[in-house]
Amino acid sequence: MTEPSASPRPIRVSVNGVDHERTVEPRLLLSDFLRHDLGLTGTHVGCEHGVCGACTVAFDDQPVRSCLMFAVQADGHRIGTIEGMADGETLHPLQMAFWELSGLQCGFCTPGFLITARDFLARNPDPSEQEVREALSGNLCRCTGYQSIVAAVLEAARRLRQAPLAGLGKS
Amino acid sequence: MNVREFRHIGKEMTERPELRRFLSGQGRYIDDFALPHMLHAAVLRSPYAHAELKGLATAEARSLPGVAGIFTAADLGPAPQPIPVRLNPYATLDPYLQYPLAAGRIRYVGEPLALVVAASRAIAEDAAALIAIKATELPAATDALADPPAALFPEAPDNIACRFTDGFGDLGEAMQEAEEIVEFAFHTGRHSAVPLEARGLLAAFDPGRRRLDVFGFTKVPHFNRAVLARMLGLPERNLNIVVPDVGGGFGVRGEFYPEDFLIPFAAMRLGRPVKWIEDRLEHLMAANHSREQHYAIRLGLTRAGRLLGLEVQLVNDMGAYMRTHGVIVPELSAGMLPGPYRFTAYRCDVRAVMTNKTPTGTYRGPGRFECNAARERLLDVAAARIGIDPAEIRRRNFIPADAMPYRLGTHALGEEVIYDSGDYPAALADVLARSGYKANRHAAHVGGPRRGFGIGCFVEKTGKGPYEGARVALDPSGVIEVATGATSLGQGLETMLAKVVAEALFQPPERILVRSGETGLLQFGGGSFASRATVLAGNAAWQAAQELAGRLIGAAAGRLGTTSANLHLVPGAVAAADGNMVTLSELARGADPLGPELAVTVYFPAPHMAYAHGAVVASVEVDPALGRVLPLRLWVSYDVGTVINPDIVGAQIEGGAAQAIGGALLEAFVYDSAGQLQSGSLADYLLPVADFVPPISHHDLGRSPSPLNPLGVKGAGEAGLVGVGAALANAVADALGLPAAVDRLPMTPERVWRWAQAVKAAA
Repeated sequence: MTEPSASPRPIRVSVNGVDHERTVEPRLLLSDFLRHDLGLTGTHVGCEHGVCGACTVAFDDQPVRSCLMFAVQADGHRIGTIEGMADGETLHPLQMAFWELSGLQCGFCTPGFLITARDFLARNPDPSEQEVREALSGNLCRCTGYQSIVAAVLEAARRLRQAPLAGLGKS
Repeated sequence: MNVREFRHIGKEMTERPELRRFLSGQGRYIDDFALPHMLHAAVLRSPYAHAELKGLATAEARSLPGVAGIFTAADLGPAPQPIPVRLNPYATLDPYLQYPLAAGRIRYVGEPLALVVAASRAIAEDAAALIAIKATELPAATDALADPPAALFPEAPDNIACRFTDGFGDLGEAMQEAEEIVEFAFHTGRHSAVPLEARGLLAAFDPGRRRLDVFGFTKVPHFNRAVLARMLGLPERNLNIVVPDVGGGFGVRGEFYPEDFLIPFAAMRLGRPVKWIEDRLEHLMAANHSREQHYAIRLGLTRAGRLLGLEVQLVNDMGAYMRTHGVIVPELSAGMLPGPYRFTAYRCDVRAVMTNKTPTGTYRGPGRFECNAARERLLDVAAARIGIDPAEIRRRNFIPADAMPYRLGTHALGEEVIYDSGDYPAALADVLARSGYKANRHAAHVGGPRRGFGIGCFVEKTGKGPYEGARVALDPSGVIEVATGATSLGQGLETMLAKVVAEALFQPPERILVRSGETGLLQFGGGSFASRATVLAGNAAWQAAQELAGRLIGAAAGRLGTTSANLHLVPGAVAAADGNMVTLSELARGADPLGPELAVTVYFPAPHMAYAHGAVVASVEVDPALGRVLPLRLWVSYDVGTVINPDIVGAQIEGGAAQAIGGALLEAFVYDSAGQLQSGSLADYLLPVADFVPPISHHDLGRSPSPLNPLGVKGAGEAGLVGVGAALANAVADALGLPAAVDRLPMTPERVWRWAQAVKAAA
């Protein structure tokens, strides 16, 4: 085992199904790695202390706050970001429902909500409104007052129950 | 004025084109921009609330590998310029303006002391931490109501920077006539907008051409360009402003802040692009705060509940400097405090007090969240005094619909307050009926958990002038394009303009290309604030598009060899009655530069604001043992005149209401007695989350279009917020059964618990 050191080290990360090899400083946040090293700027940084949820990504299919992880911790793991949610030009049912029901205004929190909601619906395909509200209560939105977001997640859940394969994204 | 019928306006438009990019991570926010050879900046901020700055030791920081430059106040030149006031710039406020970097006196925690520029943000932050600050601490003035322990400015030994009075009528006479006098003090806490995206800026200078590109101005790009050009000594048109996507504005983002000078200045000095991205702690101590007001009120009324005299002492905690809003927040409070009611006489004496806290400005519904809460609470206290229902005292005092337009007798934003249209009694009646107020409030008081219902009525100013422009053009490829000086802050500007232009030109809204904000689009621009974009840019686009329709038809008449009278616009073309047509693409390709230009620019003037209004009912549950308040439901009935897109207006109502829930129950910037900010993270400054915001049902009355503009619109950006704090405060007081207890916002658990103890003691 080597001593902890600040010197850059190589990592290999699969993001949205594509392998990336980079050499990074140990203090580089996973969020900054995705945004600035890989150019995947759809993952947003709202607080850098794990409260707002805007930076949520899928880490081996689990939603995590990428601002609370270092890039080196992702070495050898799979990351899913908002850029991998649609299937080409075909939006994921959650994205479609957010669009149709205007579950967004400025769009800054949206990627975090979508990643969180995708994981939630995978575990709970037929949630109550209250369950949706609780599941989303770790993500902050300052524009919508959440009404349209909750409605969009419930609508997406309904559609996914009818066509479950539509929800398979890359990650 | 009758409500008009339109084809697109007022109809729902879903799958709005401007939202598409945000669904898949294709928005372009300021931190998504990068330029070759870009450097990164970090701001060294004061850890002291009040101090004499003796010096900054920067040698160690300068020697850190990767540091490109460190700028202190001394580097800004012999005569640095302060940041000017944008709205109502009284010369008497000049001594209190903020300079980009502190020199001599430090006046709040978070005040910029130096700018560090380096190869990466991490190195810039490392270097900032190596700068030693030599300073002598002074006592901090943190309470605007207390005798100040120290003066912030020599010009104001008592820290009162400004006093003014608004009002009407003979107050002495009105109070003489009063049969009851109600005295009530009310306080609103320090809040801010806290958009999900913090601020940021990227500037790049071309020294050969002396051109400066600035990415990241948002709210008022034309004004900020003028300020920056003056401060940097550049011709205004040498500045190119790029407005990115914006993660929420709400009044706070996009004003001219110290960093808006420092980053372009550093880019010019270093000859390389410089980027600065604010972190959350910085944002909470650097961006404008708002709302901290103290009211001492005397109300005179008859025993029958008729309002006579209203006498108010208002203290506005300004924080450490006068920022770009000057004193308009307390001006708005004083001007709008009477709300939808008739008083015989009114007088509001305002004191603007400087304190060693973050400087203040506007936050969505500035001055009205506060004054509406104070007034609506007061009415509940008065209703209890004379023994009538809260709804009844309001009904007895509303300005009736047939009194419109109504000259209130006060001033706001530099103009007389004249309510243009509205049916205030109808809004209350509507919301009471929808909420089942009478029966449900009665049921809430019978046994079980402590539940309460509260009312909040409001009038809301919208559409502040003086003007906004729109240019509607047929672009060379045959697409209709509309450009405006208003900016998109995520509120649906593109959809609104597309629908207005589509309506006038008989085109599908999806085919209209909208460009906004950038200073190269139009010579002049106001920006997006004061619920003005739809009122001003919307009507400018409407008039420009109608004129363009005439020109398109005129051009087609020449091509088709007929007269304009025989032609009309259809999607993608101009058609004749006989079926002959010329497409817009053909017209664009054949455009004659010597003929009438196929583009029309209109600047729409607004000498007077349009006033929206509404009424809110809130129901809450209060746990007296824990002091916890659960909002159970909100009902909002509102009238914003003609509605362009109901979905967008509804979203503004919901989003505003949620922010008011935060302001009424959760959000508070807390300072200790030394002036240290205690709420510098989102774990301390609490925003409402999805399982705290209750269902919000809202209803557009749609009966009072504005007579002040052709579309009949009023702004909707703030209407959802301004009555909700009032309704929640009244609901909590109702649940506690002690009408006068609730005297401040936010209603935090500790405060609610204390009020509940008072209830117990009284029982």
